Amino acid sequence: MRLEPKPTPGLATTLLYPAGAILATIVIASLLVLIAGASPFNVFWLVAKGAAGSQFALLETLTRATPLIFTGLAVAVAFRAKLWNIGAEAQLYIGAVVTVVLGTGAVAMPTPALIPLIMICAMLAGALLLLGPAVLKVRFGVDEVVTTLLLNFIVILFVSMLLEGVLKDPMGLGWPQSKRVIADAQLPRLIQGKRLHFGFVIAVASAVVMWVVMKKTTLGYEMRAVGNNAEAARFAGIPVNRVLMKTALLSGGLAALAGFSEVAGLKGNLTLDLSPGFGYTGIVVAMLAMLNPLGVVASAIFVAGIFVGADAMSRSAGVPSYIAQVMVATALLTMVTAIMLTRYRIRWK
Amino acid sequence: MNAEGGGEAETVLRLSNITKRFGPLTASDSVSFDLKRGEVIALLGENGAGKTTLMNILFGHYVADEGTVEAFGKTLPPGEPHAALAAGIGMVHQHFTLADQMTVLENIALGTQSLFAPRFDRGRALARIEELSRDFGLEIRADALISDLSVGERQRVEILKALYRDARVLILDEPTAVLTPLETEALFATLRKLVATGLSIIFISHKLNEVMAVSDRVLVLRSGRISGERRTADTDRGELAALMVGETIKEPEVVEHSPGDTVIELVAVSTAGRAGGAPLDAIDLALREGEITGLAGVSGNGQAALASLIAGTTKPESGTIRIRDEIVSDWSARAALAHRIGRIPEDRHATGMIGDMSVTENVISEAYRSPRFSRAGLLDWKSAEQFAETIIRDYDVKCPSPNARVRLLSGGNMQKLILGRAFDGEPQVILANQPTRGLDVGAVAYVHTKLLEARNRGAAVLLISEDLDEVLALADRVIVISKGRLSPPSKRGELSVREIGERMAGHGFADGVTDAA
Repeated sequence: MRLEPKPTPGLATTLLYPAGAILATIVIASLLVLIAGASPFNVFWLVAKGAAGSQFALLETLTRATPLIFTGLAVAVAFRAKLWNIGAEAQLYIGAVVTVVLGTGAVAMPTPALIPLIMICAMLAGALLLLGPAVLKVRFGVDEVVTTLLLNFIVILFVSMLLEGVLKDPMGLGWPQSKRVIADAQLPRLIQGKRLHFGFVIAVASAVVMWVVMKKTTLGYEMRAVGNNAEAARFAGIPVNRVLMKTALLSGGLAALAGFSEVAGLKGNLTLDLSPGFGYTGIVVAMLAMLNPLGVVASAIFVAGIFVGADAMSRSAGVPSYIAQVMVATALLTMVTAIMLTRYRIRWK
Repeated sequence: MNAEGGGEAETVLRLSNITKRFGPLTASDSVSFDLKRGEVIALLGENGAGKTTLMNILFGHYVADEGTVEAFGKTLPPGEPHAALAAGIGMVHQHFTLADQMTVLENIALGTQSLFAPRFDRGRALARIEELSRDFGLEIRADALISDLSVGERQRVEILKALYRDARVLILDEPTAVLTPLETEALFATLRKLVATGLSIIFISHKLNEVMAVSDRVLVLRSGRISGERRTADTDRGELAALMVGETIKEPEVVEHSPGDTVIELVAVSTAGRAGGAPLDAIDLALREGEITGLAGVSGNGQAALASLIAGTTKPESGTIRIRDEIVSDWSARAALAHRIGRIPEDRHATGMIGDMSVTENVISEAYRSPRFSRAGLLDWKSAEQFAETIIRDYDVKCPSPNARVRLLSGGNMQKLILGRAFDGEPQVILANQPTRGLDVGAVAYVHTKLLEARNRGAAVLLISEDLDEVLALADRVIVISKGRLSPPSKRGELSVREIGERMAGHGFADGVTDAA
């Protein structure tokens, strides 16, 4: 079996294959639902209703999508320059740590000054965390997939240490959790009494900014050139290493915002279950969006919807909510296959 | 070379009506020919004429849409690479297929033994190889590692490999591309000996001289069809060239004129060693206004190091670079561009262009920071697109639009884009590294014309080429590179091809270094 490149794919194939991918995902998920002993139609209906069937469901989906937009953007930006940042999870936690350190009363200033300050510091921390692996890659050729992945474990254990030590809330009944951030450092809710918070607005605005950066600026041009063909970029005089550094700073900063927004907007404090793998899911989000920053918003909402919907579904249909992860993973695989098939044709033998 | 006498020779290979289509492109259009015992056929054609497609069908890598391949009277099953080998057809590819860290003997015997064979009779294999190499003038040390061999020697191993498997038909794909003139002559002598024993040969080439020298019969391919078949004795270069191209393409004429001031000068420059070729060893080189300096040499002797040095992608390890009498201390690709050096890289796909980006995005890659294309970090796509359209118009680039991905362009059109980008702003130095490799005759003439235009308006041109004919046709003076050292320059016509060939093999350098290659 081998792959032959196709000429420019037509509009029909560009639409047909992704549609086929969605269909294949539904078929595969249906089989699993059948094995679990439920009716696929019922289950999908319940997932859809749970994700977008009411104001509550919709707001919950958008709330869940917020950190995924940030991590999805972080991954999309890095992958565009072929910097394989698998460490958004670690950058997210570092962003959360900075938010807690600065937001629990150590700095006192009015909200309009305090929140931007915390944001900037969180971004800096995330950026510096990814700068290390980027320097190692550029200087010594160390594979950043390995270093960023392993940093996730290091950082999570580090956070765990902080939560058992200096950051531990003395009033927390012994739980490994931090103090709550003060009111001045909290992001406002978008609708009174609901969980959706201002972080969502920041996330969407970041996506728009990143879209402009990628399309209109010299930096975005450099990143795309380096990602597509680093040797040609170097030949043309593009400072490849410097571009990779800038990419790392940008990507790490965006991922850290996920941690900031979860703490300052939603949870109020830092615990070890702050992120149920938002950093890793960001990879899926970015790939489904084909690394387009605006696409990241749509795919983050889609992925969040499946997770939120599946939670609701499992409560009423008795199918484990793990089905959500299977669906998201299947969607990724079928979508990647579909993208490949629009570009290549398979020849047997 | 055909040992004639004894009537009509036996047909060893017959291709009948081979047709192969790739989408709208017909790569091979009902091609038929016979190969007789003891005959040398030359398959002549430009790049993209369908030579490789035909060989891939013969070897079962592609399945033909129509037509059959018969070897020694039996039809080969389509799509089975082993069938051709088993039938006694051997191929020497342009890019060798040898395992570097194994010996000559091991490489030759590789794959001839069943996995389950109890043991390998090394002595017999060795005796066989020695006999073959003695009979056909293919001198080689059987216990040498491939990585220690020169390119010419590696080619001998490839030929031995085919002979060891009892090949009765030998196909050589552009075998002289990597050889010095002397090595080429040795190869031809070997081929003559092989033919004398009844072997048949298909010689694939686009070089007319060689085709005239070795073949009995010439088949000319043009856009997938056989555009002509001639007995070599009854034809001449002119006729073959016309058959190959379909129209006569005029190569530009070189008008003598005297060079001006030195623009760029390298003084005792050495570079650090790196994979894929010799580093530069304390070379001196001065390029002057209005002069094309041709750099001839066998591949891997430091051309890559010199090219990337002048392009700015490597820094000198020692020595100085002087541009217009000013010593340049901080050397980089950007510095080279700032000093108005126009660069044509060796590999259009890998270094010249970014395949998945558009024509517009590619043509601004060297100048996107200039105020012409960006202000305060924001790109001016309108101006960039205008620039792309100008190049498309001025250089006659065939592409659907400035937004088309460069990957979809042909090699010739890609090269025109590179020329347009490199020649923008009238560079004072032009580095042209293998500027015509893989281009068809029309595009070659176009590139040559543009290089001469640049020289005539006063640019200093360095033309690096492994095609000696190209160097001799264009260069005002020729320098030979061997093992990272430069020969003294010789004026156009001062040295014969043979003398240049000797220098390419490492003889006759100024300081008396005469180590044989």
